[in-house]
Amino acid sequence: MNAVPSSTWFTAAPHWQWYIVLYFFIGGLAGGCYFLAATIDLFGRRADRPLARLGYYVAFPAVLVSGLLLTVDLSRPFRFWHMLIERNTYGPMFKYWSPMSIGSWALLIFGFFTFVSFLAALADDDRVRWPFVRRLQWPALRALRAPSPLGSIIAVLGGIAGFYIAGYTGILLAVTNRPIWSDTPLLGMLFVVSAASTSAALLILLAQRAGWQLPGLADLHRFDDWVIVLELLVLAAVLVSLGPVLQAWLNAWGVLLLIGVVILGLIVPLVLSFRGRRGGTPNMMMPAVLVLIGGFLLRVIVVLSSESV
Amino acid sequence: MGFYTDTTVCIGCKACEVACKEWNQLPSTNGGVNTLSGDSYDNTRALDGIHWRHVKFIEQFSEDRKDGRWLLMSDVCKHCVQAGCLEVCPTGAIIRTEFDTVVIQSNTCNGCRDCIAACPFGVIDINPVSNTAQKCTLCYDRLQGGMEPACSKACPTKSIQFGTIRDLRERAQKRVAQLHQAGESRAYLYGADEKMLGGLNSFYLLVDKPEVYGLPPDPKMPTRNLVPGTVYAVLGAIMVGLTSIFHLRERGAREA
Repeated sequence: MNAVPSSTWFTAAPHWQWYIVLYFFIGGLAGGCYFLAATIDLFGRRADRPLARLGYYVAFPAVLVSGLLLTVDLSRPFRFWHMLIERNTYGPMFKYWSPMSIGSWALLIFGFFTFVSFLAALADDDRVRWPFVRRLQWPALRALRAPSPLGSIIAVLGGIAGFYIAGYTGILLAVTNRPIWSDTPLLGMLFVVSAASTSAALLILLAQRAGWQLPGLADLHRFDDWVIVLELLVLAAVLVSLGPVLQAWLNAWGVLLLIGVVILGLIVPLVLSFRGRRGGTPNMMMPAVLVLIGGFLLRVIVVLSSESV
Repeated sequence: MGFYTDTTVCIGCKACEVACKEWNQLPSTNGGVNTLSGDSYDNTRALDGIHWRHVKFIEQFSEDRKDGRWLLMSDVCKHCVQAGCLEVCPTGAIIRTEFDTVVIQSNTCNGCRDCIAACPFGVIDINPVSNTAQKCTLCYDRLQGGMEPACSKACPTKSIQFGTIRDLRERAQKRVAQLHQAGESRAYLYGADEKMLGGLNSFYLLVDKPEVYGLPPDPKMPTRNLVPGTVYAVLGAIMVGLTSIFHLRERGAREA
C-alpha cells in the first residue's frame, strides 16, 4: 500500500452527493439572505426595506427546498422525523455534540423564523396585488418586522439561526473522519463567509433585475467586495491547514478550485467591481453572477472531491 | 466482550465471512454471480452493509517471487470504546449494548450516512435491502442467547477468538511474547490498550505496519474537530456580521 497523508484515507465515503451539494448552497443562501435582511431592517435605511423584504422572500422558500433536499437524500426518507423524535421512546432526540442533530433542530427553528418574517414582509409589501395576500396586511403581522421591539427580537434570533445554518454544514463535514473534511477545522468558517458573499450577490442580482434603484444596493456591493477578500484569506488558511492532505487536490479538483472558485468566483468579481467603481458606473450584475457560480463550485469541490478519494 | 484476531494463524478460508452471512441473513452481491476483483483471492473487496466480516489477502513477494509471505487478516467492526459512529448518529439508532459492543438498530436508522463518514476504519455502509446503515453487531442476538458470535465459532484455526477483553488481552500478550521468542520480532498488538479510541473491543495481532493491512495508523474521534470548528465558524460569523453592520447601517453611504 502506498503511503497516504492522513489516517482519514482508511475510511469509507458516505455517498453525500448532489442533493447535499445543493443543500449546502441553497441552505447557505437561506441563512445569508435572512441575516442580510435582518441587518438592513435593524441598522439600515428605511428606503432599503424592499431589499430586506427580498431577503425574506428568498429565505423561506430556500429553507423549504433545503428540508426537501435533506429528506430525499436519506436512504429511508419517511424516517426523516427520527432526527427530531426518538423513535422508540417518542421523546425529543437531541445530541448537542452531533452537528447533524443540532443542525436538524436548527433548520426547524430557522424555518420558523423565516416563515414569520416571510409573512411579515408580505404584510409590509405595498406592491403585492393578490387579494389573498392583501387580506394578510394587518398591523399585527407588520409588527413582526423590525424596528418594532418584537420584530427586532425575531430579526436578531433569526439572523443568528441563519448564520448557524450557513456554517454548521462545514462543521458537520469536519466532525467525520473523511479526507479533506476532517483534516481542517476551517470549513465552517469558509462556508459562513461564502454564504454571506453568495447571498449578497443573489440579492444584488434580483434587485437589479427588478430594476430597483436603492441606495442599499451600492452598500451591499461594497460589503460583498470585503467579504470576498475575507473569503480569499479563509480559503488560503484552509489550504495551509490541510498541509500534506493537499495532495488530494493535485488533480482536476485543484484546477477547478483555482480557476472556477479563486479566479472566476473571487478575483475576477473583485477586479470588475474595482474597475467599475473607478469608471463611475459599477456593473454589479456580472460580479454577482460569478460570485454565485464560484460559491456553488466551492461546495461541489469540497463535497465531491472527498467522496472520490 | 470482544474479538482478538491473531492474523498469524489465519489461513484465508473465509469460514468467518460465510458464517456471518448465514447467521445474519446477509444477501450476496450481484445476485450471487461471482465477479472477480483481480485482487488476490479477495472477491468481497471491503467491509460494507452486506459484508460484516472481510478477509484481506496481502501478498508480499520479491520481484523474482523467490522470497515472500502472505498476510491474511479477517477484518470486522472494532466496537470501539470511544465510537465515532455512535457519537455522531443523530437518530439514536446506534447504541452501546450491555456487552460493551456497538450496535445499529435497523428500525431507527434513517440512512443519513453520517456514521459511514465518522467511522475511522470505514466499516459501515448502507445495506441495499434494508436501506439502513449496517455493520457487525458482534452477533448481539447470539450473545443474548448465551452463544458466541458465528464467525469466531466457525474459525477453524482460532485466528478469531471471542471472550472478555481482559481475558483476550492476556492471551494476546502471551502470544506476542511467544512469537518474539520464536524470532518473529515484528509481532505486536493493534488496539489492545486504552490509547487507541479508549481501546478496540476487536483488536489484532499484526506483523507489519497497520497501513499494510489497510488499518489507520492513528485513528481519531470525529468530535476532535467540534470545538475548534465551532470557534472558527463563530469567528467568521462575527467578522461577517461586523462587516455587514459597518456597510449596511444607515450612515453607510459615506463617500460613494
